[in-house]
Amino acid sequence: MPRPTALYDDEVIVAALRRGDADAFATLVDRHSPAMMHVAMAYVPGRAVAEEAVQETWIAVMRGIDGFEGRSSLKTWIFRILTNVAMRGGARERRSMPFSALAEAEDTGEPSVEPDRFLRADHALFPGHWAIMPARWPTPEEGLLAGETREVIAAAIAELPKAQRTVIALRDVEGWSSEEVCEALAISAGNQRILLHRARSWIRNAIETYYGAVEEIDYDAVTAELMGDTVKREPDSE
Amino acid sequence: MADQPVHTHADDLACIELVELVTDYLEGVLPAAEAGRLERHLQTCPGCSEYLLQLRTIAGSLRGLTEDCFPAEMRDGLIADFRSLRNR
Repeated sequence: MPRPTALYDDEVIVAALRRGDADAFATLVDRHSPAMMHVAMAYVPGRAVAEEAVQETWIAVMRGIDGFEGRSSLKTWIFRILTNVAMRGGARERRSMPFSALAEAEDTGEPSVEPDRFLRADHALFPGHWAIMPARWPTPEEGLLAGETREVIAAAIAELPKAQRTVIALRDVEGWSSEEVCEALAISAGNQRILLHRARSWIRNAIETYYGAVEEIDYDAVTAELMGDTVKREPDSE
Repeated sequence: MADQPVHTHADDLACIELVELVTDYLEGVLPAAEAGRLERHLQTCPGCSEYLLQLRTIAGSLRGLTEDCFPAEMRDGLIADFRSLRNR
């Protein structure tokens, strides 16, 4: 599937908007509003305020398009307006943090996988090895969103802290590149990856729990199994 | 590698370390030497291979999962606003 944003020609759309082409405006609104909702939600306390911020942004776009100079992409320009509107809108009810501060506050250094899923660091033979390996998921061919896991994933995303939720929504739901996300949210590539990793890990854990929670782990049995496995699978050629 | 037991990661990555590198690996930003270590580990570790597959599946499966839609009536209102503003 071609990425519409990549094929999009800013000059053509800007000219169309300036001509008063309402279809071009509708296309632009439909293309960017879902991602704009994700971004707005990062700054404001609730959905209704986010919707207002997106609405206000589009009004600013239709009024300001004659002054757009093309020094950034149209998309970047729109999201810059949105960020200003949303931060101001959020401040009406409570102080709104810049995204980078939000991201920093969420960086608690939590592990991606529960540490007790692994053998302990002082294990004589296999320190840090999986005690219980991730099991193969019975994912339907149509993918994770086809079956009941859709609800599981949606709920898991809703539970995420704001910065993580915004990054995974833009990257994996909207299909933005990491560069686009870093630019729109004014965060470093490294921060973006940390947030993305935490968010994807959280969803992985939620799916794993849904398919069958990991029971109590018998570490001695795991060690014995690994040793047997080692002997059994010792390579005998080369 | 042939003289090493399958599950020894002495000189290598531990699984608990690898899981933290998976996104950097999928994003293509791991230095070549680090990526090589990770790939060598994957060759002998079904647990980490499955973990990588799961994160890759998640990364590639969420397109279109939109919960916070922009309301249709607001959208239509904006387009009406655009018409009246630009076609005066």
